[in-house]
Amino acid sequence: MGYVREYAPAALVLAMGLLLWEAVVFAFSIEFYLLPAPHVIVQSLRETYPVLVEAGLYTFTEAVLGWALGCGAGVLAAMVASCAPAFAALVLPYAVASASVPIIALAPLAIVWFGVEQGSKIAIVVLMTFFPTFVSALRGLLGVTPESLELMRSYSASEWQIFLKLRLPHSLPMTFTALRACATLAMIGAVVSEFFGGPVKSLGVYIKSTASLFQTRQAWSAILVACALGLLFYFVVAAIERLAMSWHFERSER
Amino acid sequence: MAAPIIELAGVAKTFESRAGATEALRAISLAVDAGEFISIIGPSGCGKSSLLRIVGDLVEPSAGVVRVKGKSARQARLDRDYGIVFQTPVLYDWRTVLENVQLPLEVAGRPRGERQERPRTLLRLVGLDEFAGHYPWQLSGGMQQRVAIARALALNPSILLMDEPFGALDEMTRDRLNQELLQVCAETAATVLFVTHSIAEAVFLSTRIVVMSPRPGAIDRVVTVDLPRARGDATRALPRFFELVTTVRRSLREDPRLAGERAGGSGG
Repeated sequence: MGYVREYAPAALVLAMGLLLWEAVVFAFSIEFYLLPAPHVIVQSLRETYPVLVEAGLYTFTEAVLGWALGCGAGVLAAMVASCAPAFAALVLPYAVASASVPIIALAPLAIVWFGVEQGSKIAIVVLMTFFPTFVSALRGLLGVTPESLELMRSYSASEWQIFLKLRLPHSLPMTFTALRACATLAMIGAVVSEFFGGPVKSLGVYIKSTASLFQTRQAWSAILVACALGLLFYFVVAAIERLAMSWHFERSER
Repeated sequence: MAAPIIELAGVAKTFESRAGATEALRAISLAVDAGEFISIIGPSGCGKSSLLRIVGDLVEPSAGVVRVKGKSARQARLDRDYGIVFQTPVLYDWRTVLENVQLPLEVAGRPRGERQERPRTLLRLVGLDEFAGHYPWQLSGGMQQRVAIARALALNPSILLMDEPFGALDEMTRDRLNQELLQVCAETAATVLFVTHSIAEAVFLSTRIVVMSPRPGAIDRVVTVDLPRARGDATRALPRFFELVTTVRRSLREDPRLAGERAGGSGG
């Protein structure tokens, strides 16, 4: 019941948006190759379904693998760096600055280095997700209050105990925020990397080639699949987050 | 006469910073007997908290000697002789009330049976056994501070270090917790070092009150509280209670270095 009440307004907005879209296309007699009406996209989706599933899985695999490697390495690196705060303070500004580097611009080079298949896309996703995860996890690990550290010291806790019982749980909210954001980033990174070259059976190449042939409805249906996969990815990570930090969510839902 | 449980001799602390050295404490000497309740009172910046942290081996003194139970402060900390309570409860959000009280027992590697039993007993002692499964944010500020006290007692420490533990609470809650604290101390026989801003609180709780002056922090005067050890609401109405409050207030005001600061206004 709670879910219905929570998501009903959003669903209503979506339905109205789609209706408006249909109405605008119909009212202004917009050609379908410029902007296909939603029902045309759905129709195309049903026709090209097998191709899109294959391409979707191909791209989704890149996003998930890249995310897992990039975020995993980010969390591990943050853990190591948190053991040496002086070193962490040295690299943190560069890690933060890396957020403004358009890593996607490396995609053509990645193809040179890692080949035109999935390897180059995974490499880009790894780069895109590593730094945000590293920065957030490190801030979470180091951002404990002086009193909570003094408390542990007063029990003569070992560094390992302080890490396990204080730093790690304290870092979870920030780390998961990054993991969710990176799930979205990963899907974007995978699709956009494919624009620079890849096999036909990938979403990025499919969108690019159909669009350049003015097969707009096919392009849109592939975009729809990319959106759906991106959302799915995001919500799976959000669900894991809820399981891992039940204490956090009981609080924010009050 | 048994040897004092805490002995400070010529303790000084100077903090070094880019702006230069700040002398926080100068020549602090004090002997505390087992079972005493010592309040440390003084205006902000007189080094009360630093003094408490030096005793607890959380801050190193620049000079002087700290002996706790005949050992160094470091050894006393390693032996887990201290229980500590801060102005904020410092409970871990991700642990329930019970799990927060279990934390010191986990760290100390105590057996499973004790990790289950001891926190239950302590939560009963502070009247929160019904809230064992709650998370800290579900409790009021006063209740959170009671959890912090239960946690400080988990390893049955011989010394409780309390840094303005009730400073952030309203007066009614503070009075009730003062009463509870005395009961807890009576049952655990712990020696207490208690930093506070409130003169009335200091008089109500203590066996002795250490009055400090600032810049650099030094012991101005030690006031012995000669009230009956059993204290309750009636204590606050005794003429002697008011006399002692006045004595402490005068000690704080007479210090020429405090002129204009009118310290201790929060009390009595």
